Amino acid sequence: MNPPDLTPVTIAAGIAGFWILIGAASLVESQRLRFINRLIFPAGAVAGCVLAIIGARALGDPAETLVLPLGLPDLPFHLRLDPLAAFFLFLLGVGAFGVSAYAPGYFSRESAHRLRLLSLQYHVFLASMALVMLADDAYLFMVAWETMALSSYLLVTTEHKLPAVRGAGFLYLLIAHIGAIAILLSFGVLHGGGFADYTFDALRATELTPFWATVAFLLAFAGFGAKAGMIPLHAWLPEAHPAAPSPVSALMSGIMLKTAIYGMVRVIYDLIGDITWQWGLTVAIVGALTSLFGVLYALMQHDLKRLLAYHSVENIGIILIGIGLSMVFIGMGHPAVGALGLIAALYHALNHAVFKALLFLGAGSILHSTGLRDLNDMGGLIHRMPRTALCFLVGALAISALPPLNGFVSEWLTFQTALQAPVLEHGVVRSLLPLIAAMLALAGALTAMCFVKVFGIAFLGQRREPHHPPAGDHPGGDAGLPESIGMAWLGLWCVVLGIFPAVVLMLLNRVAVSLTGHGLPPEALEAGWLWLVPTSAAQASYNPLIFLATIVTVVLLTFVFVRWCYHGRLRRSHPWDCGYPEQTARMQDTADAFGQPIRWIFAPVFRIERRIPAPDDPHPRFELHVEDRHWRWLYLPVARLAEFLSVQVAVLQRGRISTYLLYSFITLLALLVFVR
Amino acid sequence: MIDAAGIAFQIVQSVLAVLIGPLYVGWVNQCRAWLQNRSGPGLLQPYYMLARLFHKEPVIAEHASPLFRATPYVLFGCMWLAGGIVPALATDLPFAPAADIIALVGVFALARVFLSLAALDIGTSFGGLGARREMMVGFLAEPAMLMTLFTAAFISNSTALTTIVETLAHREFAIYPSLAFAAVAFLMVLLAENARVPVDNPATHLELTMIHEAMILEYSGRHLALIEWASAIKLFAYTAIGIALFAPWGIAEGSNWSALPVALVALAAKLVLAGAGLAALETVSAKFRLFRAPEFLSTAFLLAVLGMLIHFLGRG
Repeated sequence: MNPPDLTPVTIAAGIAGFWILIGAASLVESQRLRFINRLIFPAGAVAGCVLAIIGARALGDPAETLVLPLGLPDLPFHLRLDPLAAFFLFLLGVGAFGVSAYAPGYFSRESAHRLRLLSLQYHVFLASMALVMLADDAYLFMVAWETMALSSYLLVTTEHKLPAVRGAGFLYLLIAHIGAIAILLSFGVLHGGGFADYTFDALRATELTPFWATVAFLLAFAGFGAKAGMIPLHAWLPEAHPAAPSPVSALMSGIMLKTAIYGMVRVIYDLIGDITWQWGLTVAIVGALTSLFGVLYALMQHDLKRLLAYHSVENIGIILIGIGLSMVFIGMGHPAVGALGLIAALYHALNHAVFKALLFLGAGSILHSTGLRDLNDMGGLIHRMPRTALCFLVGALAISALPPLNGFVSEWLTFQTALQAPVLEHGVVRSLLPLIAAMLALAGALTAMCFVKVFGIAFLGQRREPHHPPAGDHPGGDAGLPESIGMAWLGLWCVVLGIFPAVVLMLLNRVAVSLTGHGLPPEALEAGWLWLVPTSAAQASYNPLIFLATIVTVVLLTFVFVRWCYHGRLRRSHPWDCGYPEQTARMQDTADAFGQPIRWIFAPVFRIERRIPAPDDPHPRFELHVEDRHWRWLYLPVARLAEFLSVQVAVLQRGRISTYLLYSFITLLALLVFVR
Repeated sequence: MIDAAGIAFQIVQSVLAVLIGPLYVGWVNQCRAWLQNRSGPGLLQPYYMLARLFHKEPVIAEHASPLFRATPYVLFGCMWLAGGIVPALATDLPFAPAADIIALVGVFALARVFLSLAALDIGTSFGGLGARREMMVGFLAEPAMLMTLFTAAFISNSTALTTIVETLAHREFAIYPSLAFAAVAFLMVLLAENARVPVDNPATHLELTMIHEAMILEYSGRHLALIEWASAIKLFAYTAIGIALFAPWGIAEGSNWSALPVALVALAAKLVLAGAGLAALETVSAKFRLFRAPEFLSTAFLLAVLGMLIHFLGRG
């Protein structure tokens, strides 16, 4: 057999294989317990870097395919690398490098036995995500999809001795499988019966009636939405993310959610193809609600990782808004604007992967160093962990959509798409799109508030926890070298993606062209690599480099000028204590206090339970519980229904073999009658 | 594409924005003093105050982080950028395409986030109080501001400020109902974002309902001077945005040297009027309770959305 040519798709598949291989290698009993941290994780990181390069290079190339004679007999795996897959592989590679470089630091005190298993699951998880993006038939796609769900389930339940973690894992597995069933059914509908195989080419070729196309769309939307954390199927996210070790949370939130976005774009744009604007409006409205609810619930959290998980919900909402707007414009016959919306959504997917992974890693460093996860116990961490603080600040500014970082660019592009509403003919839709933009603006401003809260409470202010040395597992210092490399890498991408958006825009334009057949107008592409111009320079333009340069120049000039003209003296003293000298660090604003205006303004959104002590209470204790309303509206009724049904079905369960044989016999008879 | 006149306009405008800001604040204070039957401190008082603060030695808390010391400079940089790109004098500014209206709102948001973080840095109760309230006002005001700007963007089919101003300056003198709504909403946002009555009171310290002053309580010396100066530029920039959107007549278009004197006079006249109006508004209204502020700002938001919908209805 000849060695296969080193085409990008072969290399990408090879990297997936390599990840599985080094995952298996970490099971090898080794005398040196540092083997995994010193060798396996760095090797995985390098593979991620190679994958990112392959993805970036393959963005402009035509699609390539590869057939692997694996799997069942006569049912080989089909792989394909087209611009869309290349873009998501790039995203995976960038994220995987950062997280894998970080992991050795985070796991440095883990027991070798647990680390071996964890490394296997971790690398299989990475490989399965790569295979999801490479898959070119429904069969491999589902196999990879399920491998991804199972390996991430095992990673989530790393701390399986805690009941809360087991519960979170079960919820995750349940919703993941409800989603997987919907996706499977969607592929079934797309297949349309007959004798064709389940390659994506065959699915593309199927002609569907509008009704069945809508069914396929809804199934895919619900199935991938469940994985992405779309409201109301988001409930697993805030449970599973905090339960998992932080690098795993970073991977799940940063990258795994994007595989769901990838699947959604693949099925809707590529496999179904004929997009109607009604679908787009559905996606956009669900996206707007998801982003708003996500950020409102995030503001109520005081567990840092739960808060970040709710922000993932919010950002998925923003991505869905972009996709939905794009579908509306395509469905109404404006494919060029539709391409802009798709680019905005994909751009945001990449941005979210970078900054959310960074923020989860930052939360991991805090947890690793101090053992703290509750914001109300932190405070003043910037003095003890300056490197982590800087990286976290970059991530926080990026997610708050502040210029000149990357989060702003993709939200800007989403706004620009929504502002193209006047070209639409349908009056209602035309005025609905700006309203969706308004909700996006509100969500963006609330995000900024939430991250002022996170950074201000955790890193600034005074230390709230008591001043005893942290317990043995927690060194208490700043992030070590591997952790810093991982975070700095992702932070760098936040800056690069924010400063050079035009380059990204041109690359993403190729993805849009390959999917929709249309791209941005030529004027947008000829504006040069410094100017971000979505449609034409008269309509809108943005140049983050000038932006940043102006601010930096002014800051430096002012700094020098003030010192030169006046003086640079400075005196340190006690802060002003309002004439009340008995202040303690516990009197600072807490995370809950910071969210109070939101709780007050948006009261109907939350289920709030408050216990205010009576004046003569000998042990006064104030309690506040804010709950997600979806639990009572949706999840608990469904759970009760499932319980009720299983009690009913249990009648069949007699525990006697002969009865079961009778059931089989009756079933067979029925089949013989009905199926000829 | 970039010519000498454009660069000259850009420099004049940037320097003007920075220098004229305190004067504008002085004018507002002077007007308010007259309306309240006081003689007033004089137009140049803000400059004297800045000079005094720069000479003083700043005192900061023992555990203040570097972020606390960097924030005044960042704030000043953001506001200078904002003041430099709003077309107040001319539309042919070479830097203006670097940021459109959405990016402009982003600059203000960046400044707000940094100031709130600095307020939380010391860890006293007033700082946290101020930061929380500022972010509350901010998250309500920002969408309202964006919607106001979107209304103008829909009319001129562009989010570039210069294009908007050129389009609006050339329309016949007819009142767009959508713009009228937007103007009211913008005025409300301006009051809230610049810590003016009825949302906040710039003249008081140590009132339990203060917002802006609570955040900068720990600042002194040159840091405080930079923050005060940045606030003055912010007020100027907001007024300039209002002028650009709702009264753009007289602005110099294209690279035309001769238009500069006219533009300067027009801008001065408009600022004098706007400052007097602001002072009058502040004199006749009382400060709201803090919890009324969300109502005030959601009204602004709804007005802006209404304006936008009216624009679409008018077209359809």
